[in-house]
Amino acid sequence: MAKKPQLAFETRPWRDPAAKPFVRVRNVSKKFGDVVAVNDVSLDIFKSELFCLLGGSGSGKSTLLRMLAGFEVPTSGTIEIDGQDMTHVAPYNRPVNMMFQSYALFPHMSVEQNIAYGLKRDHLPSGEIRDRVAELLALVKLDDYGRRRPHQLSGGQRQRVALARALAKRPKLLLLDEPLGALDKKLREETQFELVKIQETLGVTFIVVTHDQEEAMTLATRIGVMNQGEIAMIGEPHDIYEFPNSRFVASFIGSVNMVEGVVTEDEPDHVRIRSADLGADIFVGHGVDCAPDQILWWAVRPEKITLSREMPAATDGANVTSGVVEEIGYLGDMTVYQVRLESGKLMRVTQTNTLRGNPDAITWDERVYLSWDPTAGSVLPV
Amino acid sequence: MRRGWFLPITATLGFAFLYLPIMSLVIFSFNENRLVTVWSGFSTKWYGELFADPQMLGAAWRSLQVAFFSASFALVLGTLCAVALVRFKRFRGRTVLAGTVSAPLVMPDVITGLALLLLFVAMESLIGWPAGRGIVTIIIAHSTFCMAYVTVVVQSRLSDLDLSLEEAAMDLGATPVRVFFDITLPIIAPALVSGWLLAFTLSLDDLVIASFVSGPGSSTLPMVIFSKVRLGVSPDVNALATIIIGVVALGVVAAMLIGFSQQNRTRARRG
Amino acid sequence: MSDSPRLPPRRPWTMLERSLAAFGLSGRALVIAAPALWLTVFFLVPLFVVFGISLAVKQFGRPPYSPLLTTDEGTVQLTLHLSNYLRLLTDGLYVAAYLSSIRIALISTLITLLIGYPMAYAIARAPERWRNILLMLVILPFWTSFLLRVYALTGFMRGNGVINQVLGVFGIEPLVMMQTDFAVYVGIVYTYLPFMILPLYTNLVKLDGALLEASADLGSRPWQTFLSVTLPLSLPGIIAGSMLVFIPAIGEFVIPSLLGGPETLMIGRVLWDEFFQAANWPRAAAVAIAMLVVVVIPILLLQKAQDAIVEKGR
Repeated sequence: MAKKPQLAFETRPWRDPAAKPFVRVRNVSKKFGDVVAVNDVSLDIFKSELFCLLGGSGSGKSTLLRMLAGFEVPTSGTIEIDGQDMTHVAPYNRPVNMMFQSYALFPHMSVEQNIAYGLKRDHLPSGEIRDRVAELLALVKLDDYGRRRPHQLSGGQRQRVALARALAKRPKLLLLDEPLGALDKKLREETQFELVKIQETLGVTFIVVTHDQEEAMTLATRIGVMNQGEIAMIGEPHDIYEFPNSRFVASFIGSVNMVEGVVTEDEPDHVRIRSADLGADIFVGHGVDCAPDQILWWAVRPEKITLSREMPAATDGANVTSGVVEEIGYLGDMTVYQVRLESGKLMRVTQTNTLRGNPDAITWDERVYLSWDPTAGSVLPV
Repeated sequence: MRRGWFLPITATLGFAFLYLPIMSLVIFSFNENRLVTVWSGFSTKWYGELFADPQMLGAAWRSLQVAFFSASFALVLGTLCAVALVRFKRFRGRTVLAGTVSAPLVMPDVITGLALLLLFVAMESLIGWPAGRGIVTIIIAHSTFCMAYVTVVVQSRLSDLDLSLEEAAMDLGATPVRVFFDITLPIIAPALVSGWLLAFTLSLDDLVIASFVSGPGSSTLPMVIFSKVRLGVSPDVNALATIIIGVVALGVVAAMLIGFSQQNRTRARRG
Repeated sequence: MSDSPRLPPRRPWTMLERSLAAFGLSGRALVIAAPALWLTVFFLVPLFVVFGISLAVKQFGRPPYSPLLTTDEGTVQLTLHLSNYLRLLTDGLYVAAYLSSIRIALISTLITLLIGYPMAYAIARAPERWRNILLMLVILPFWTSFLLRVYALTGFMRGNGVINQVLGVFGIEPLVMMQTDFAVYVGIVYTYLPFMILPLYTNLVKLDGALLEASADLGSRPWQTFLSVTLPLSLPGIIAGSMLVFIPAIGEFVIPSLLGGPETLMIGRVLWDEFFQAANWPRAAAVAIAMLVVVVIPILLLQKAQDAIVEKGR
């Protein structure tokens, strides 16, 4: 697993309301004809962050990235980078570089020429260009490949050349469009690690677009989840997973069980929700912004539910229900159970296989009890 | 798969059909006899006669000049047109431009030739230019119809070109014009070469359009050949044809070999 | 470098662009305007000129047609003659020439397809190292002179040409081939065969061998597989190749005038004779306009419809 840029708790600038953002996107919208690709997005990104824009295809994440690079001009709104308004600055005048999803390596130039291209556009002295290229080749561990053409390289090597080329001009901000998308799984994991290491060494701000939630969780200091041109949620990976703010975010990241319910008790320190789907009450151990009789959704991750044959020690008849095991998927480290509740609702539960070859494991068609902690799930608006 | 006899036989017959007339042309160019089809001994005298014919040589030189300039103008205009059609998705008159540039491809030569001649005549009486017709009017006419072919060739290469290559160059600090010369042009270069060669060949080969728009004393090679051939078979045309076929064959084989070796090199590196 | 504010560096290209912009020209406008202007002046306008002159009548002088606009004591007079078009309709020669052009082009396209298809198929199925060489053999004649290839045929089909000499060896009477419609068919097929083979080859070489195996596996005999799988899938290639032969064949001039007889009527030749022999420019212009309306425009519309179908198919 890749190591994230380690920022001490108190140095997470997004938690400091006084901190000055490095990239400031304000009320940016982009329309292509009648299609709204990006809708009123506001976003602050801080220096040395590794920010991931996560979303499905057509969520607007790539359009947002292209507006940051200058390939698209926002229909409305402004983009500021390092205190300067960049909304209408051409891509070739921005202190921003991009690593393309297809890598976009110039096929008629050698690796060295590719990396030197941006430096030549700045009219740097040739000695300095040579040194800088050598330095970058060393950084991405391609010292001996300078004279090769892109088509003579493997996919992973090409990816590193693209990174070196984008870093050559020492941009303040590096945009990466699906940087690992074209690599196979094993290579992707190694590269994630290297990418983070390079980012830490150089202290450059990275904005990464990806559709791969695992990649976003591993890389990012913060994630912006995008849906239909809007930012659905911005937060640290942990917040996005454990405290999603909407049904979309909860179901987009990881797997989740979601049930509908009605608020029966609304107190400052707890809430009670009656759910017909579950056939049980949910006792939530903290206050929720809601009113009695309000309809809400409650989302719980599969690993937060415990399975047992015996009815667990009761907690006011809440946070427990029962069903029949319908499907079992053995994954090695854990087992996935699909449990059919009386309401017909299917619940997904995962249990870690702590015992080796457990002969007493829960099996098909068994009646089981599902239980969870008062803080296991998230209460979400309809 | 089952090996049939039908395909090899038809293919052989087809190739025989394509090549036997050409080969007989080549063989009889070395025939000593004036009666082209009666073999009376090996001789290269028709080649000597060909190179002593000032009309033929003058027309050949003129045709090469016309072809060179027409192909070059057509290349510039056709490339611009292809760039406009592929890169600029929305501009007023785009459909008209797209239709107009491809229309010469389906326009019969006789119409193109007649239309341009009538234009030149009308222009001459209106603005006094072009004064008479000659090599300039032929170049204009050939540039116009060759440009359509260049556009098609360049267009297909351009639309295969990954747009992010150009964006990447721009991202690294290159202005749009710079991007065109640094990235786009080198990558589409093979298409430009084949477009130019195609235009050159078409211009060199054209009889009909040139016949309309040429003036006295500016006959091109095909016009001279046509007037000779019309009167019957003439052995020096055989000699000329042999030379042209030889040059073309060498060129095509060389192009193929270059293509092959490039492919092999790429393969060897990848393997 | 990274922390200093980046000033836009002075570059020659930006200078050029700026000076162009000073004249209200962006690079983009130039790229569009240059070819558009050229095509307007040398392609679209000439067609209107042709139309204009088709409404004049022949007269002696320079230019050899009646002026459309005349000034008579200060008033401008427009004189249009429809006589050329009336003549096209009433004189059977022209209608016959149009019909016969279409017939000759259609028949020779069909023959080219029948010869070209098996050749393209054979090349597509040949071992890979052979394919490029065979393909080169198809392309090679295309790069040599069209006129000289037609000329080569005359040497082949003449009364005392190669074919008749070979026949003579077997004691067969010489055949009359030149100056017949037959020679025109041979000429068109011979010169346009590469245009048929290339698109067919491109299509057939992409045909997935697994499809043929699947068809055989499901019980088709080879000829059934051909009719039910190969042929339908190669339809785009057939259409493309046929268009490439049919379109130039219909306006052909060189082939009918070198190979055909006096009774071989083709519209390109009629136009040529009207212009060069009869020196009747307005009549030639009328023939051209009629050709445009009857032949060229339908072909353009057909192509557009075909493109639309292809687009939809995707």
